[in-house]
Amino acid sequence: MWALYTRDVRLGVRAGGGALTGIVFFLAVVAVVPFGVGPDLNLLARIGPAMLWIAALLSVLLGLDRLFQADREDGSLDLLLMAGERQMPALTVLVKCLAHWTASVLPLVVAAPLLGILMNMEPAAIGAAVLTLLVGTPAITFIGAAGAAVAVALPRGGQLVSVLVLPLAIPVLIFGVSASYAAVTDPTPFLPPFLILCALTLFFAVVGPLGAALALRWASD
Amino acid sequence: MRLVADNLAGERGGEPVFAGVSFSLDEGQALAVTGPNGAGKTTLLRIVAGLLPAAGGSVRLERPLHHASHGPPPPLRRGGYGGEEWPTPQAAAHLLSHQNGMKTALTVEENLRFWRAFLGEPHLEVAEALEMVGLGDIGHLPFGYLSTGQKRRAAIARLLVSYRPLWLLDEPTAGLDAASERQFAALMEAHLEDGGMILAATHLPLGIEGAGELRMGGGA
Repeated sequence: MWALYTRDVRLGVRAGGGALTGIVFFLAVVAVVPFGVGPDLNLLARIGPAMLWIAALLSVLLGLDRLFQADREDGSLDLLLMAGERQMPALTVLVKCLAHWTASVLPLVVAAPLLGILMNMEPAAIGAAVLTLLVGTPAITFIGAAGAAVAVALPRGGQLVSVLVLPLAIPVLIFGVSASYAAVTDPTPFLPPFLILCALTLFFAVVGPLGAALALRWASD
Repeated sequence: MRLVADNLAGERGGEPVFAGVSFSLDEGQALAVTGPNGAGKTTLLRIVAGLLPAAGGSVRLERPLHHASHGPPPPLRRGGYGGEEWPTPQAAAHLLSHQNGMKTALTVEENLRFWRAFLGEPHLEVAEALEMVGLGDIGHLPFGYLSTGQKRRAAIARLLVSYRPLWLLDEPTAGLDAASERQFAALMEAHLEDGGMILAATHLPLGIEGAGELRMGGGA
């Protein structure tokens, strides 16, 4: 399993891996917002965490459709599934998700503080946004894996994946953003929404790979 | 160990492709599946590999009879006999399909090292396997730089780095030159001598002595 993880991370960061696309998209979306809403610093600070989250959500979705499609095209998906007796397919999917997250989502989280400054967010708000992104984005990857598995046989499944996945990702977005806001607005407590976010990630870490493995099993023809 | 297909039927997209295919394959035996295009050769291999559900019939691995009796136990061979270690044909099989299952962005060695670690039952070292298929000096190149025939040979090396008793080969020699074909025939013979089994869909003779033939789809 470690071999699969290192292979996928390596593929993600090498030429043509697509990890860079998500990061560039993330930077572009967040950098464009101040131009769109104008130089109102208070407004920027208020919408900052939400913009970071929305941009992160969209850029995670951008690369997800290739999660299984690349493996299907060169035949390795068949071989990965055939090893199911030794390596549980759901576990294989989980490892692929983690590798995908490491290669193409973790850099977004790392870049988020920089963009927080761009949005005139205060340090506490930046910290909270980064923390919630760190905890919440894996959930989006796990949900997306199920969507990517359903659309694996379709030539242009990318849009379908986004549409399939978006409704399920909404709760993650809601609790991610509310936790980020709770860290800076005084009366609302930070922990409850943050813990719900953690719970969502753990929940989807189980449900997503299981669903994806099931979908892949029936998609192979 | 014995691979038995009993009255197997396959379909593709709801259309029946073949029906009533039965065969059995003992250790050390090879079977060439022949027939015109569209006769269902690939479908048959994918059903045996467990990647497609069979529309009818069954395929399974049988343990030798004397395994259950009170006679002396059979000599232990590489991979053992049926049962727990190879519960299903899928677990016991290597599939060499039309796609090579390699990543173009990784080097040949990285690809093979990954499959060796992931598939388990490590057999030959990566360097040894590359030597066997005549790619000893280009393991450091990205897979995408290789020619069609070299890619095929690298994919064949995957069969060697991890042990499986059953090889499912789909047009294994597509893209290979005459010398590589002979080399591959020798590898297959070595695998059979080791107690392996080979089920190959092919239009060309396999080049193995004593290989059986299963003709598919005369009337289809």
